[in-house]
Amino acid sequence: MHAIIEIGYLIATLSFLGGLKFMSSPKRAKTGNLIAALGMVLAVILTFFAGTTETVPYTNLIIMVLAITVGILLGKRLSDKVQMTGMPQLVSLFNATGGGCAMLLGLMEANQIKTEITHFGNQVLLIAGLTTGAIALTGSIIAERKLAGRVKDKRGRAVIFSARILLALLLLLPTLYFLGFIPLGFMAFMYILAIIAMVYGVLFVLPIGGADMPVVISLLNSITGIATAFAGFVYGNKAMISGGIFVGAAGILLTLLMCRAMNRSLLKVLAGTFKNNKTGQIEEDQQIKEISIPEAALTLSFVQKVAIVPGYGLAVAQAQHICAQLQQLLEKRNVSIDYIIHPVAGRMPGHMNVLLAEANVDYDCLKEMEESNENMEQYDAVLVLGANDVVNPAAESNPNSPIYGMPIIRTHKAKQVIVVKRSMNKGYAGVQNELFGMDNCSILFGDAKTSLQDMVNQLKLL
Amino acid sequence: MDFINHHLQEIYFVLFCVFIGIEVIANVPAILHTPLMSGANAISGVILVGAILLMLRVPQDDYLNLTLGGIAVFLGTLNISGGFFVTGRMLKMFKPKK
Repeated sequence: MHAIIEIGYLIATLSFLGGLKFMSSPKRAKTGNLIAALGMVLAVILTFFAGTTETVPYTNLIIMVLAITVGILLGKRLSDKVQMTGMPQLVSLFNATGGGCAMLLGLMEANQIKTEITHFGNQVLLIAGLTTGAIALTGSIIAERKLAGRVKDKRGRAVIFSARILLALLLLLPTLYFLGFIPLGFMAFMYILAIIAMVYGVLFVLPIGGADMPVVISLLNSITGIATAFAGFVYGNKAMISGGIFVGAAGILLTLLMCRAMNRSLLKVLAGTFKNNKTGQIEEDQQIKEISIPEAALTLSFVQKVAIVPGYGLAVAQAQHICAQLQQLLEKRNVSIDYIIHPVAGRMPGHMNVLLAEANVDYDCLKEMEESNENMEQYDAVLVLGANDVVNPAAESNPNSPIYGMPIIRTHKAKQVIVVKRSMNKGYAGVQNELFGMDNCSILFGDAKTSLQDMVNQLKLL
Repeated sequence: MDFINHHLQEIYFVLFCVFIGIEVIANVPAILHTPLMSGANAISGVILVGAILLMLRVPQDDYLNLTLGGIAVFLGTLNISGGFFVTGRMLKMFKPKK
């Protein structure tokens, strides 16, 4: 029996890896998800036979079966109900449950453990799993609340300062404990650590700006993975270790990718600070050209190749469906449409792709930044919807600009650019956009959704 | 030291997992990053295995641990089922050109 279980865990590990591997192409990703899910089911079922040799009390089994049933039903219900724009919140919430599970495991072990016969190493692992799990739990909940707009940024010195103190405590207390300076039982000590870690999770996420939440969610995801791996180490369970490590690696990798795409270091994001750009910034008066909706609609319908650059504003306005309508109308007039997507568009990496996919846009039309930058000249017109900093040429031309070095979509190289904007307000980085003053750029003032709707109506009349 | 000797196999295993994981994930294109994240999130729910292992050992009359364990099993399951269902739902929307 033991051999069968071990082989089952091996298969589960391979299925996780295969599932992630299959995620690299949109065609096979669905299969990949199914493979990973089946591997997970296998691992969970086998675990019921992996425990002790003696029979398990019925009470325990009943509780577990009940908990699993409710969990599956609730998970299905939540995922069926969610709007695609609310996806980041839900992922964050599910991440919190994983972290909570890891924390509870640590507490349960602490209740049962006999310190005299347990390895020092195992105690360290339990502490590590407990603290990481607790941070992921409360951190993810705050991240979810922030994305939902329920919690505002709190960037007070007190918050940041106490967060640092708690972090130091989380590292210091275990050290002192093992050196024998803290006269507490292991159990009491674990409970105290859990509380400190939970408070730290809250304070850790509070000062981070709402726009940086994608980075935080990805990081917290990675922390949950690491907590899982710690727990796996305690039980010597390879499926848990590998699953946890893969998730940890994925989370860290995505976090760093996003930081690079925003041209900010991870530390700066975590500290909630932004490069100070008060000095040395010369505000020039820009000569901007305005364009009306009929003009814009005409322009777009009499050219060959159009690119659409969707930004966060599009997602906020929930305008992706009208955007898809516009595309259909233009394609009927033999205009080809591409979407150029900046890596940090939306509220989560790749979120914009999901939103456009929901609106039935083919993924063949979705172009990544690097690819389209090389042949930007071939676009007759570019429509910028709710994006600002990611199309600012200052990032490449002006070393004094706070966003200098950030990868951008070089829309200014296209023959014509139409920017849909609500007002001349500055973007997230608070810098003037040189694009708007350029000769090939015109601005269509208005909300992304209504402007698109008006353009669609115009095109229908044409 | 003793600990390291006992767990040498696991340590090797972790190191390999780190490298394989990074290699596999680095190849995922940006268009699929959101499904990747939620899929990975579901995989981290494998912590449920640990919760079940613990629950199998809890004595029948240890109500505190039974409660904590029950919650842990519930949370782990929610993580897994929600994660995979939502990933599946997202991926269903990625359609190739008709």
